[in-house]
Amino acid sequence: MSDVAERVRKIVIEHLGVDADKVTDDANFIEDLGADSLDTVELVMAFEEEFGVEIPDDAAESIVTVGDAIRFLDKATAS
Amino acid sequence: MFDLSGKTALVTGASGDIGGAIAKALHGRGVSVAISGTRKAALTSLAETLRDRVHILPCDLANVAAVESLVPEAEAALGTLDILVNNAGLTRDNLSLRMKDEEWDLVLAVNLSAAFRLARAALKGMARRRFGRIIGITSVVGVIGNPGQSNYAASKAGMIGMTKSLAAEVATRGITVNCVAPGLIESAMTQRLDEKQRAWLLAKVAMGRFGTSEEVAAAVIYLASAEASYVTGQTLHVNGGMAMI
Repeated sequence: MSDVAERVRKIVIEHLGVDADKVTDDANFIEDLGADSLDTVELVMAFEEEFGVEIPDDAAESIVTVGDAIRFLDKATAS
Repeated sequence: MFDLSGKTALVTGASGDIGGAIAKALHGRGVSVAISGTRKAALTSLAETLRDRVHILPCDLANVAAVESLVPEAEAALGTLDILVNNAGLTRDNLSLRMKDEEWDLVLAVNLSAAFRLARAALKGMARRRFGRIIGITSVVGVIGNPGQSNYAASKAGMIGMTKSLAAEVATRGITVNCVAPGLIESAMTQRLDEKQRAWLLAKVAMGRFGTSEEVAAAVIYLASAEASYVTGQTLHVNGGMAMI
C-alpha cells in the first residue's frame, strides 16, 4: 500500500471512528462509513491539511469513496 | 449553574462598553479570555483589571487579512477556542438617500463579514473537539429597523440569518450558535445617537430606562453555559420590553 493510501486511511479511521477493516478502497464515506455531509467536508479539509494541497469544491464533490480520495491525492501530490 | 471554569473565549470589540462587560463576565465565571479591539489603551486597561487568564489581541476587523489571522492567534494564545463572541460593531448613520457606498460597505464588512470569517475559522477546531459556542451580538434594530441605520440594521439582521444557518450546519457537533440582541443600552454607541433618536427610542422601552452592558453580558453567559446546550439558532432579546418578539 502506498504511503498516500496509508495516510488517507489513517485520517478516515480517526475522523469517523470506524474499524480499520471497513476502510477499503471502495468504501463509500456516507453509505458505508456512516459519514454525514459535514464529515465529508471535514475529511476534505483534513486531507488538505495533511497533504498541503487545495481540493477545489468540484473535485471534493467527486470524492465519495476512500479510493477516490487516494487516487486524487496520489495525483495531486505527484505533480 | 453557569460555571465556565477552564473554558476559553475570544471577544471582539472588547475595547467597547458591551464587549468589555462580556469579557469581564466570562472571566468572572472562570474563562480564559482573548480580548480584541482597535483601541489598544482600552484593551490594556481591561487586561489590567482582569489580571490573569487574559490575552490582548488588537485587530482591525475592516482589514480582511487581520480578521483571517485573529482566530489562529487566539487559539495559539489560549490553547483552544471554546467560545467566540462576535461583539464588534460600528455605526455610520445616515439617511439612506444620503448614505455613501463607503458607509454601507464599512458597516457590513466589520459587523457582518468579519463575524462570518471569524465563525468559519473558529468552527474548524470546535467541530474537531465536538464543542463550541458562537454568540453574535446583534441588535433590536436588526429586527425592527431604525431610520438612519439602514446599513447597521442590515448588518444586524444579516447576523441573525447567518446565525440560524450556521446553527443548522453544526448542530450535530455539540456547537451552538446564537445571538443576543440588545435594545437601548447605555454605551458610547448610544451616546452618539442624537437627542431626537434617543427620545424616539426610549419612548418605546416598556421599562422606561436604558439597559446596562452587564445585563447584556448576563445573556451571553447563559448562552455560553452548559445549561444552554439545547438552545441554538436563537436570538435572545435584552431590551427592557422595547420589542417583544
